[in-house]
Amino acid sequence: MSDSQLNKSQLNKSQLNESQLNESQLSPDTEAFTGLILDPQEILPSFTQAANWQERYRALMLLGKRLPPLDEALRQETAQVRGCESNAWLYHREIDGRHYYLADSDARIVKGLIALLLTAVQGQDRQAIAALDLHQYFDQLGLSGQLSPSRTNGVLALAEAIKAAAVESANH
Amino acid sequence: MEFSQLRSQFPALTQSLGDYPLVYLDTAATSQKPQGVIDAMSRYYQADNANVHRAAHQLSARATSQYEAVRDKVKTFIKADRREEIIFTHGTTEGINLVAQGLAGQLKTGDLILLDSAAHHANIVPWQMLAKQTGAEIVPIPLTPEARLDQAAYQALLKRGPRIVALGHVSNVLGTVNPVKEMIAQAKAVGALTLIDGAQAIAHLEVDVQAIGCDFYLFSGHKMYGPTGIGILYGRYAALDKLEPLLTGGEMIKQVSFEGTTFNILPNRLEAGTPPIAEVIGLGAAIDFIQSLPRAELRAHEQALLTRLQDELRALGGISLYGAHQDNIGAVAFNLSGEHHQDVGILLDQQGIAVRCGHHCAMPLMQTLGLSGCCRASLGVYSNDEDVDRFILALKSVKDLLL
Repeated sequence: MSDSQLNKSQLNKSQLNESQLNESQLSPDTEAFTGLILDPQEILPSFTQAANWQERYRALMLLGKRLPPLDEALRQETAQVRGCESNAWLYHREIDGRHYYLADSDARIVKGLIALLLTAVQGQDRQAIAALDLHQYFDQLGLSGQLSPSRTNGVLALAEAIKAAAVESANH
Repeated sequence: MEFSQLRSQFPALTQSLGDYPLVYLDTAATSQKPQGVIDAMSRYYQADNANVHRAAHQLSARATSQYEAVRDKVKTFIKADRREEIIFTHGTTEGINLVAQGLAGQLKTGDLILLDSAAHHANIVPWQMLAKQTGAEIVPIPLTPEARLDQAAYQALLKRGPRIVALGHVSNVLGTVNPVKEMIAQAKAVGALTLIDGAQAIAHLEVDVQAIGCDFYLFSGHKMYGPTGIGILYGRYAALDKLEPLLTGGEMIKQVSFEGTTFNILPNRLEAGTPPIAEVIGLGAAIDFIQSLPRAELRAHEQALLTRLQDELRALGGISLYGAHQDNIGAVAFNLSGEHHQDVGILLDQQGIAVRCGHHCAMPLMQTLGLSGCCRASLGVYSNDEDVDRFILALKSVKDLLL
């Protein structure tokens, strides 16, 4: 089992070195990670079958509610993903070769977008996550515009952090 | 005047985004460009492109005369005294940096710099850099609960004898207007150098730098229907002439040897390197465009539209407005109560509405207002009642979706 810092590369500013971070870093319980189950077969049809953007974004906000809010103590700077206009926090844990994530945001649509990202990766192994084409995934859900480097929603930064967490775990 | 005809001069405004026509309410970030500006720049590249001031050929002479003609145009536009007082920069941010750095030799430890609490970062950070270098002290002029600069507090601060007073003319977030004429006169009375960031004022107000009486006034081309990459630093000749250049090289020199260099005279002394020539010409066309309009009539039209926008937002309910006064200019800042500004922005964007949501490069103002951010709808000459109607309708559906 290994915890990884998702945003190591983004932390230069804080002047902390890695060992300091590991010591100070709180992390959710293992049960919290494995307890978050997001079944794509159940979740994705509300997006692929949405009649209009209103239905799609309503589905996003509903989905966001399935991510349990992180305790105040866990909304720490070290877990924050940069590149978002809103605040977003991300935790990762590898358990028996499978990757689990927990995340939260103070914006509802961003939280829904994160939940969609997690739907694609929760409980998957490293190879599956590495092979995932998230652009294609968002395209087929009718949300292609949201995963763009020119957006300030930070979804791209989150997607990169999610992938990096799984891929970098192989080096441990 | 028929303002709908005016709108047809802006080609970017005719597009649709998905099923929705574009409603462009982000003019305070950058204005759209009229055909005249686009054509002037394209004509320059097609017919006259050459570097200015240096070559002995006809193309360069044409480019130079067009480029220098814009300096005269700007002088007239803001009622400056001399053409040498007009410096071409790449934008307001660069201009303020140029002034702040240019003053480094004139400041010493403990000198006081008064700043506008509602300022854009461009009128804060360059002063912080200067303070760090010189040991000068920065004090922000506080805001009243109505989000206006606190004039009583300002009077008290002036008694401390500030060396520099740097204000915004119009707040980029709230649209509030500072009484710059009075504030500058009071600052001058205590011997302070004065600077005004006019980026948000220039497209809306008839600016008269001599009537305002400031030492420096800055604005950007792209917020006044001109191109990006060009800005103006106006400086009263005596104040401008004392600035050390920020950038060196190119036409800004008089004589260079390895023993030492002497600088050219104003304005060239502060314009290092090849300038943004096409952008200067585009700015000239933007000034022509603005001056072709009946400005008083247009001012009244814009003001009526802003008031309607504020009223409709209030009538919608569940909306918080910030510093929204009758005499504001060009912008309104708001949040949907209890909702994140980014969610509101994403859902407005789905309906073709372009507004800005975030901290608007004014984090200290956000802190004063106790906000992590807000949305801002801003207006330009092309904005009309239909824009306001569509925006309010879209915001209603955002409210319905988020409830």
